[in-house]
Amino acid sequence: MPVKRVQKTPMPERDAVLRSHDFGEVNEGYGIAHAQFEAERCLRCQDPICIDGCPVRVPIPEFIHEVAKGDMRRAAEVLRSSNPLPAVCGRVCPQEVQCEEQCSVGIRFKPVAIGYLERFVADWEMEQSDIDITANLHRDEKVAVIGSGPAGLVCAGELARLGYPVTIFEALHAPGGVLRYGIPEFRLPKDVLDWEIEQLKKLGVEIRCNIIIGKTITMDQLMGEMGFKAVFIGTGAGLPSFMGIPGENLNGVYSANEFLTRVNLMRANDFPNADTPVMVGKRVAVIGAGNTAMDTVRTALRVGAEHGLIVYRRSVEEMTARVEEHQHAIEEGVEFHWLTNPVEILGDEEGWVTGLRCIRMELGEPDESGRARPVPIEGSEFVMPVDNVVLSIGNKPNPLLLQTTKGLEANKWGCLVVHDGTSETSRERVFAGGDAVTGAATVILAAGAGKNAAAEIHQDLCANAS
Amino acid sequence: MAKILEKRRLTPITQLYKVDAPLVAKAARPGQFVIVRVREGGERIPLTIADYDREAGVLTIVVQEVGTTTRYLGQLEVGDEILDLVGPLGMPLEIPVEGHIVGIGGGFGSAALLCLMRELRARGDRTTIINGAREKDLLILNEELAEVCDNLELCTDDGSAGFHGLVTERLQQLIDGDGPGRPDFVVAIGPMPMMRAVTETTRGKEIPTLVSLDPLMIDGTGMCGGCRVTVNNEVKFACVDGPFFDAHQVDFEEAVRRNKMYVRQEQESKDRSDCMKLAVGQD
Ligand SMILES: Cc1cc2nc3c(=O)[nH]c(=O)nc-3n(C[C@H](O)[C@H](O)[C@H](O)COP(=O)(O)OP(=O)(O)OC[C@H]3O[C@@H](n4cnc5c(N)ncnc54)[C@H](O)[C@@H]3O)c2cc1C
Ligand SMILES: Cc1cc2nc3c(=O)[nH]c(=O)nc-3n(C[C@H](O)[C@H](O)[C@H](O)COP(=O)(O)OP(=O)(O)OC[C@H]3O[C@@H](n4cnc5c(N)ncnc54)[C@H](O)[C@@H]3O)c2cc1C
Ligand code: SF4
Ligand code: FES
Repeated sequence: MPVKRVQKTPMPERDAVLRSHDFGEVNEGYGIAHAQFEAERCLRCQDPICIDGCPVRVPIPEFIHEVAKGDMRRAAEVLRSSNPLPAVCGRVCPQEVQCEEQCSVGIRFKPVAIGYLERFVADWEMEQSDIDITANLHRDEKVAVIGSGPAGLVCAGELARLGYPVTIFEALHAPGGVLRYGIPEFRLPKDVLDWEIEQLKKLGVEIRCNIIIGKTITMDQLMGEMGFKAVFIGTGAGLPSFMGIPGENLNGVYSANEFLTRVNLMRANDFPNADTPVMVGKRVAVIGAGNTAMDTVRTALRVGAEHGLIVYRRSVEEMTARVEEHQHAIEEGVEFHWLTNPVEILGDEEGWVTGLRCIRMELGEPDESGRARPVPIEGSEFVMPVDNVVLSIGNKPNPLLLQTTKGLEANKWGCLVVHDGTSETSRERVFAGGDAVTGAATVILAAGAGKNAAAEIHQDLCANAS
Repeated sequence: MAKILEKRRLTPITQLYKVDAPLVAKAARPGQFVIVRVREGGERIPLTIADYDREAGVLTIVVQEVGTTTRYLGQLEVGDEILDLVGPLGMPLEIPVEGHIVGIGGGFGSAALLCLMRELRARGDRTTIINGAREKDLLILNEELAEVCDNLELCTDDGSAGFHGLVTERLQQLIDGDGPGRPDFVVAIGPMPMMRAVTETTRGKEIPTLVSLDPLMIDGTGMCGGCRVTVNNEVKFACVDGPFFDAHQVDFEEAVRRNKMYVRQEQESKDRSDCMKLAVGQD
């Protein structure tokens, strides 16, 4: 019988003061007792609308019921049947606008902690030593996957399960995409990612890093002399935008991508043991208020900044970061400057950042995005003294592959065009999904797109085999 | 991973490597570069593709040992693997003008002229290389360069070989009609002060000039924006839009300043790698 409790079972967290100086994971994860206690809150609705909120339609009440019963192995099977990256999604999905927003318990109480439970089950699975996966690549058709972010990883895993020999090509020296270079260790430990990648390798997926499709190898070579019968493009949206305000090229100005890559991929937090440095002064201003901005400002505190500032032209209502990230940032002492728009970055004679000239904003009529449009308040300019500025105002798809590949269609934002409701691009046997198609979105949407594409590729190859 | 097949010392701080990298060699074009990482925890650094042999799948790079990563690389021996090597990156060099093409090289930059000048000569251009250095012993690849161009001009600051003076002084003489004569197009690769001086030498003389900018880079794919430079008042990412740019439009001051961003950390890292080298030497 479901048990009525108003609050979610709280997630055990590390102390804010201690954690804001290291890269250990903030959320410690439920133990079995927490998980079963929380699982009891699920009503097991006849018509579980939480599932409608999940982009990959995890059979949520079903896996939660197994947790309540204590059959974690079965819970893990149910979960994996629809979500190939549960340990990642349980940590980074914006559940508050997906499954948990729909949850019926949430009408009167706090919703069931679906994300925490998902993470619990996935972590339980990682600890089991007796889960054996073996490769069974019985199909002849080789498939190439470009990019090793969540879209590419999931597509490759699904295809390998269907028996296809799959090769993932990754531009960087380590696989994972944003999960590797973007999302920091304190939110997504790299062990979790490494474990997922290990499973793919056991399934027989080959991962070749340091290969850029369109530079090292062209699409024509892949599908011609190299003999790949189908290709999935999961190249993400990795091109950072700049604001175009004066002073952006001063020393001490970064894109969020560069700042996070220096730390996450290159381990600048461990300089000089690792060779790549990152430059942080006392006051670091991060412009933007999405997940990337929160990750950046919290990382800045961890690599030595005394003050981490979020500067955002809209208000807290319009912020796109996850609630949990915002909450953690507040606890760690991040300072928020809402309705503040940077107009110029100031520097000293040697070209180092000294400040940020900003103008105060107020909210006006809603714009195309439906959010209130921020308008400048005349005469309200002021200078905020800062030592670094990190721009976190969004990413676009990288044009590298497009520039060198014939027959691939993209829209005016550089996103690959796919046929309605499918993953098919304008080029035969070439499929695409994830941020490369949607523009910057979420891990679970990318993972879902990879999964759907795998099914389409399978169908396509079967149809052509006979 | 890319195995080192051959290694040759050119000057006390410069070494040439031939590495096994069939995919990169096959795709490489003059003017492009690779990014390498030589150890776990190591930095990713860009290095110009000096030459390539498509058939053999071999890439030539020439590296000046100036800091931590280049010195770690210098310690690798024939048979060792370079941990990561990715490329070819950047846009291939496009020389839209035919005629007398002058390539100017200093430091490791002279090496990058190898494949470029060979290709231009094959295309039918008249080619001159001005190879410059402080003194005779620092001039690199004279024989190889002589083979790929019509005229090889040597310059040394101290007059110990070739023309006594700076490459730009010799360039000015060419512009004035001396030796192989006025260039129709100039490409300069080398230390920033040299490229800047070349740019000033050809400015206003209707001699289109390209220089190879060498900002700090990480990914080399356009993902981080760390390599941004200003050309013609526009921000460009040198790793994908460059590394060659119209010299007369480049904001050199900014480029030089941005390269100094980590001087302190680079020194710290270098001191530390010195200590580690000593420690290794002791046991
Ligand atoms: C800092 C940050 C925090 C985020 N936080 C969250 C969060 O909390 N929750 C959430 O749901 N989402 C979050 N996101 C968004 C999420 O990470 C992305 O939507 C997701 O990673 C997209 O997956 P993808 O597979 O499409 O592409 P990516 O993860 O971008 O991976 C693409 C990969 O392709 C490689 N590649 C590109 N071009 C080529 C080529 N030509 N050849 C070979 N390889 C190539 C790239 O190097 C990269 O590794 C965050 C994003 C960032 C940047
Ligand atoms: C497109 C491109 C092509 C290049 N090709 C070559 C090449 O073929 N051969 C070669 O030897 N080098 C080349 N470089 C320069 C090379 O990448 C740097 O020398 C290298 O990154 C230094 O790394 P380090 O760890 O050894 O030294 P660091 O510790 O990073 O630096 C040591 C010293 O070198 C200076 N320095 C660092 N980076 C650069 C740079 N990019 N330009 C000028 N000075 C720098 C620093 O200011 C410091 O004084 C190229 C750079 C670019 C961007
Ligand atoms: S994948 Fe994300 S949205 Fe779906 S159930 Fe899990 S946490 Fe919720
Ligand atoms: S090196 Fe990262 S964008 Fe050029």
